[in-house]
Amino acid sequence: MQESVLVYRNFLYLKVSAAAAGASLFAYVWHTPLGQPNGGTWLGYTLGVVSLGIVIWLAWYGIRKRRYGVGRARLEDWLSAHVYLGLALVVIATLHAGFQVGWNVHTLAYVLMLLVIASGAFGIYTYVRIPGLITANRAGLTLEQIMALIAELHEDCRKVAVTLGDEINELVQRSAEESHIGGNVWQQLSGRDPLCPTAEALVRVRAIARDLPQAQSENGRKLVLLLARQSELLGQARRDVRFKALIDVWLFVHVPMTLALLAALAAHVVSVFFYW
Amino acid sequence: MSENYKIAVIGSGPSGMSAGGRAAERGVSHVVLERSDHLSDTIYKYQKGKHVMATPEVLPLRSSMTFGAAKRETVLETWNKEAQGHKVNVRFNAQVTGITGAKGRFDILINNKETITAESIVMAIGLQGNLRKLEIEGADWDRVQYQLDDPEEYEDERIVVVGAGDAGIENAIALAKQNRVVIINRQGEFARVKDANKALIEAAIEKGEIECFYSATPARLTPGALVLDVPQGQATVQCDRIIARLGAIPPRAFVERAGIVFPSKSQEALPELSPQYESNVPGLYVIGALGGYPLIKQAMNQGYEVIEFILGNNIKPADEPLLERKFGALLQRYTVDQVIDLFREKVPLLSGLTALQLREFLIDGTVHLKAPGEIVFERNDYTTSLYMIVEGNVNVHVDPNDFSVVRSLKAGQFFGELGMIAGRRRTASITAADQCLLIESPARTMIKLINSVESVRRAVNDEGMARQIRAYLSHEIKEADLAGLIKGADRRSFKAETVFFNEGDESDGVYLITQGSITVSRNVAGKNIVLAYVPAGHYVGEMGVVGNAPRDATIRAAIDSKAIFIPKPAFLDLIEKLPSLRRRMEEEWLRRLAHKAKMTARPEAGSIIQFLIEQGAGEATDMLLIDESLCIRCNNCEIACAETHGGTSRLDREAGPTVANVHVPTSCRHCEDPHCMTECPPDAIHRSPNGEVFIDSTCIGCGNCERNCPYGVIHMAEKEPAKPGLLSWMLFGMGSGPGQDKARKKDKKDGSEGPKLAVKCDMCKDQKSGPACVASCPTGAAFRVSPEAFFSGHLTR
Repeated sequence: MQESVLVYRNFLYLKVSAAAAGASLFAYVWHTPLGQPNGGTWLGYTLGVVSLGIVIWLAWYGIRKRRYGVGRARLEDWLSAHVYLGLALVVIATLHAGFQVGWNVHTLAYVLMLLVIASGAFGIYTYVRIPGLITANRAGLTLEQIMALIAELHEDCRKVAVTLGDEINELVQRSAEESHIGGNVWQQLSGRDPLCPTAEALVRVRAIARDLPQAQSENGRKLVLLLARQSELLGQARRDVRFKALIDVWLFVHVPMTLALLAALAAHVVSVFFYW
Repeated sequence: MSENYKIAVIGSGPSGMSAGGRAAERGVSHVVLERSDHLSDTIYKYQKGKHVMATPEVLPLRSSMTFGAAKRETVLETWNKEAQGHKVNVRFNAQVTGITGAKGRFDILINNKETITAESIVMAIGLQGNLRKLEIEGADWDRVQYQLDDPEEYEDERIVVVGAGDAGIENAIALAKQNRVVIINRQGEFARVKDANKALIEAAIEKGEIECFYSATPARLTPGALVLDVPQGQATVQCDRIIARLGAIPPRAFVERAGIVFPSKSQEALPELSPQYESNVPGLYVIGALGGYPLIKQAMNQGYEVIEFILGNNIKPADEPLLERKFGALLQRYTVDQVIDLFREKVPLLSGLTALQLREFLIDGTVHLKAPGEIVFERNDYTTSLYMIVEGNVNVHVDPNDFSVVRSLKAGQFFGELGMIAGRRRTASITAADQCLLIESPARTMIKLINSVESVRRAVNDEGMARQIRAYLSHEIKEADLAGLIKGADRRSFKAETVFFNEGDESDGVYLITQGSITVSRNVAGKNIVLAYVPAGHYVGEMGVVGNAPRDATIRAAIDSKAIFIPKPAFLDLIEKLPSLRRRMEEEWLRRLAHKAKMTARPEAGSIIQFLIEQGAGEATDMLLIDESLCIRCNNCEIACAETHGGTSRLDREAGPTVANVHVPTSCRHCEDPHCMTECPPDAIHRSPNGEVFIDSTCIGCGNCERNCPYGVIHMAEKEPAKPGLLSWMLFGMGSGPGQDKARKKDKKDGSEGPKLAVKCDMCKDQKSGPACVASCPTGAAFRVSPEAFFSGHLTR
């Protein structure tokens, strides 16, 4: 229906970025510097200034995104350009460095930049992949509705369990009190809880229900059904949390590394003046 | 020797009291006769704390008493004080039971025993009349009451409210907060009440807060138990108290006995009055609601004016300065009265109105003087007013592709009714052909006029049909052919979801959709597949008629819709005469065939149409949709909305249903005929020329729009405090950042709650960058479209 950031405006920003990277590559091949290619030649300085400009512009996205109702361009324009110019930077900045690396602040800045771009690339992947998965997983419900359903089922389970003896009651009680969604980063990202008390209750209740007296077997079946439904919903909710975590998690690398990159770049720019 | 006065005023409501105040101020001998033991009984009987409104806002108040929008208590207290201050001679508990005599000496019988005399009488008795009482056995129980002053006075009682009109519903709902309430409805449903009240009472019954007996009438009463006649027999309801709200007996009989003549038997008929409010009985004046002016401010002005008229001082009405301002340059040639006469004489639509009605009508309207060539409105504008031509001619530019194709309208005719009725964009541009004088009337005022004056309704309807047929079929239809078409055609109304015709039916004619919208569906392999959505302004059913075949699809109203039906022979006759129309029909037919093939191959597109119609697309002009395959759930749309609208988001992204990646968040659809506008007391909801429906700053926070919106997109919110700049938040952590609304309460110094006003989407009509939700969506998932554009473009892309 709508165009994604990647195909936006018929790949306008891909074309612009590819042209910038292509022009840099052409200049690099055409240019014959004195000695080894490096950041200190006129082309090196030019590519350096361009790269610096792009980095600062890319970092400005974090602010632009939070300024509402300003400018005529859509945020989608900004993001589309952000993505493609960021990728082009790999080429331009590498050419600026003339493939020289070393244990210094310059290479630190370069490596930080690559980390930022790599995390961003993962971000693109999640933006393309995850949204459809979220919709499919939710099956028309919101997370809030799923949670409300789970709470309702807890209540129903309790009511049924009262008729079925202590052991089952305890299992149901524990499933209601200790089943949780989310948690720390790893729990969120895994989207599963191998020790989920509800899943455990389901297994145990199934085993017990086989041997229930005739009078209780009806309620036993009812409880198994309720627990199974609850377990499904818990899985759905955990997967939802997982997807949201995936969409956000790379930002915890992307943003701090951007700040580190800006600091390293400041050091890099100041220090190169000492070569003069 | 009986008392003798120059002026006797009957009734001490806003108009009577204002008359008394003016008489006292002018030192004229007078008496104000009040049936009850307090002033202004109607307002006295308002529910405690009710907000009394002072509309129309533009009308200045001219009275010896003051008045402004305020609580019932404040208003009454002010009037009591001022009446005393002016030394108004009021006689309480004085019900007038007869009037005899003539100008110069009227005899007024009070409470059937005492007579006073007056030279002139001002009748200001309002429309409230005498309250209807419960007329059943045992109705004299001391716990039967006919009004409710303060619902909070009662607690933990079982209260039966008899009567399911607005008053009964309002009382029942107010009482249900701390009592067990039963409401008795004589009918099977809540009819003839305000939509907002209907919604409230039905919700309360649904939730079990109020119990309702339908189709029930009280049979007899013993203290503590009311027996009802119900369809199944009889039922007994235990009760501690009965509140009967049965309406009132209109005061017309009393008025007629005084010699005043009504022009017709109709309940709504008003006595004929001179511009000085004098009735057909000389010396007997009628003001206020009884004369057709129910608004407090109008009534008070009339009270002042009538005293001046009686004293022979022919002052200008209070709205004179308003009309002077409206008429502007016209006053170089005419006086205000002459302009009004001119309008009545030149515009047939207005000729049936009295001078007073016309003045009131014009206060809402605008008078335009247009130079030759000047644009009145343009095609695709979103305005809904109606124009009347007083002098000069206008050109209607009927062809969207060729501005030079015009049809001319002359003085006395009107235009703009298509947009007014359909609530859709203008279908043609209008320019002034020469120097012309136009009256523009807002849709709301005009529709009121159409509903109350039969001649206006007929004129707009007949002329309107001719224009609609031309606009929707062909502008080349000749006058003579048109007359024949109109004769055979009729207007048909369809409730939402009802069928115009079914697939396989005989093709008996063509429908021009004038209001609402429809879906076209077909049965494919046993499944009903929606093929298309057609809004007002188009025709359907021509394929079967022209092709002489049965209907090949089912047409169903998406929302309440209206159409003009043209029978088959008349239609065939028309295309016979108009080869250009025939060619266009063929062309459209071929286009629809291609479209049909496409949609049949993609049944999921049809189910999306069906889904969106269920979500209100049928009446939407612009919907916010989210393509969930792109939405990263960052909520930036909501945050952007809040940040550009005083801290409260008008959309809820996550709420709302989804089908096949199309998500409809809770956000305004900018309906063609917005439900929110219908009962806005200060008339604060408008549609801008570009189509945005917005609430202006005159909102009083009554919540009617919130209740009336079927899509739940309006809510009441307090204005949030301003935030610090973005960088000071980002770099120094000052205040709260974008979207952090909960923390913002702390930014407020005293933590107090302000008044809550209605907020809704205004489509960011004042923002250069367009709707902030769409502009701030990083992935392009959020988009705003009209249903037509979506169904014909996006969906099949």
